[in-house]
Amino acid sequence: MTPAIAARALTKRYGDTAAVDAIDLTVERGELFGFLGPNGAGKTTTIRMALGLILPTGGEVDLLGETVRTDHAPLERVGALVEEPAFWKYLSGRKNLEYFARAGGTRADVRARLRKVDEVLETVGLTAAAGKRVKAYSQGMRQRLGIGLALLGAPELLVLDEPTNGLDPSGMREMRLLLRRLADDGTTIFVSSHLLAEVEAMCDRVGVMAYGRLVALGPPGSLRGDADGVRLDVDDAAAGAAVVRAFNGVSLIDDADPARGPGVLRVSVADRDTVAALNAALVGAGIGVHALVPQRSSLEDVFLSLVEGADVPR
Amino acid sequence: MFRVELAKAFHRWRTYLLAAAIGGIPIVIVFALKVSPPDPGAAEDAPPFLFQITSNGLFAALTGLAVVQPFFLPLATGLFAGDAVAGEAQSGTLRYLLLRPVRRTRLVLAKYCSSMTLLGGLVLVTLVSGVVAGAVVFGLSPLPTLSGSTLSVTEGLARVGASGVYMLAVLSGIACIGLCISTRTDSGPGAAVATIVIAIASQIMDQIPSLDAIHPFLPTHGWLGFTGLFRFPVDWAPMRAGLTVSAAYTVVFLTAAVVGFRRRDVTS
Repeated sequence: MTPAIAARALTKRYGDTAAVDAIDLTVERGELFGFLGPNGAGKTTTIRMALGLILPTGGEVDLLGETVRTDHAPLERVGALVEEPAFWKYLSGRKNLEYFARAGGTRADVRARLRKVDEVLETVGLTAAAGKRVKAYSQGMRQRLGIGLALLGAPELLVLDEPTNGLDPSGMREMRLLLRRLADDGTTIFVSSHLLAEVEAMCDRVGVMAYGRLVALGPPGSLRGDADGVRLDVDDAAAGAAVVRAFNGVSLIDDADPARGPGVLRVSVADRDTVAALNAALVGAGIGVHALVPQRSSLEDVFLSLVEGADVPR
Repeated sequence: MFRVELAKAFHRWRTYLLAAAIGGIPIVIVFALKVSPPDPGAAEDAPPFLFQITSNGLFAALTGLAVVQPFFLPLATGLFAGDAVAGEAQSGTLRYLLLRPVRRTRLVLAKYCSSMTLLGGLVLVTLVSGVVAGAVVFGLSPLPTLSGSTLSVTEGLARVGASGVYMLAVLSGIACIGLCISTRTDSGPGAAVATIVIAIASQIMDQIPSLDAIHPFLPTHGWLGFTGLFRFPVDWAPMRAGLTVSAAYTVVFLTAAVVGFRRRDVTS
């Protein structure tokens, strides 16, 4: 089967700057793919090119096996949310879905989509509010209606740009569960986010963009790698540092020699068992450990480490 | 797509406001003439047919058409055709229509058809309101033509209807200019205002004698051509010219709208 999305040297230049710089990316059918990157990394530009909204200045992209052109993108089996959802605010939520359902496609498509309106409203939890004008919707409700719109055409591929924007924590959780369920039913999902934790919790595979380039690609666990660590509050930092240096499989993050007396050591570790063993070694050496705090690397750390590795155009 | 466009228009207040304003004009004219009959020959630049209304209600429809023409029809064209694509771009719904997918060519053509249908509706409102108000207040009678002969009431009504069809046909040029602007900006009001300005500027230039070399090419030049229908024999020349110019603007600007829009980056 052809891949769901296949970008080859996909490029979008605005004057001298490349918003998207020769991206090669393949998303297989059935994958739940997370597309990460800080704001301005080129995620939305990539998505717009994949959906035929804007014209690449170089390379090309296939969607469900067909090459995308701005005047004829193969979107019949694709559901999409690009940036924020948008509706005719003077119409109700239901009318919006009905009008979008009527627009485009064959008569049979239109009928199939109209039949799905109730089901979709139910899926995104808007059945009760379906009669209200979109004007009166909260941002979270609009976001959910946007997801509903994307689901209307019974898509094989969902392309969702920051779908949890504006949702409260329980809404975000519901969204993750919904996407996971759709993916388990065989829908390919391509979801962009600037929230690492969100993508990590649900995606099979992740790509990271920075400065218009794809700087990492792989299962979400592989992203953090050596950036994980622990913070140790010890009563003798100098002695503690000596123990850490002598210990196999760990290293000090700040390499400077700490002073004697109470202090803090930042240590990077391979896994949780090593943390326990290191703690035992410190205590065995007569060093008091006041606190041992796991340090999850922040999103910024991950991006910074990835971006530093990338060839940053300036 | 076309039916969706029409259905949407009927959910908007602006559609009803415009129809009310435009439909109200012939009524106001009729009652103003009833209350205070004009002094014939007092004003030479009065709208065509104004003074004949008191003798025949049918003329109220024609006066109404001539009065809504310089401002209200450009306004409506701006709101329908000028706002058509740019308004969707501004609200962001344009990208979701394209993602549905609605093909770009089809989207522009559907917008053209729905704009013309709505404009046709407004012209119809003007004529019907004029005929009804005129008939109620002054009654209908055989039409004396501008050249002195007379037309039966039925024939008169048919010519009033033909005036409406002609008016709509000559609006097409400006509508396509508006639509073309609309596909090139993300500001709905901007495109609407630009369309209105072009239509009004064209009418003003049409009044400036020293510009008479370009008059025949102005998109609004033939707008009053329907008065030729009330001459005997019918004066076809201005109508032929008006239709030709409108058709030329339609072909050029509709093509430009479609071609430009197919290649345009939709970043709204």
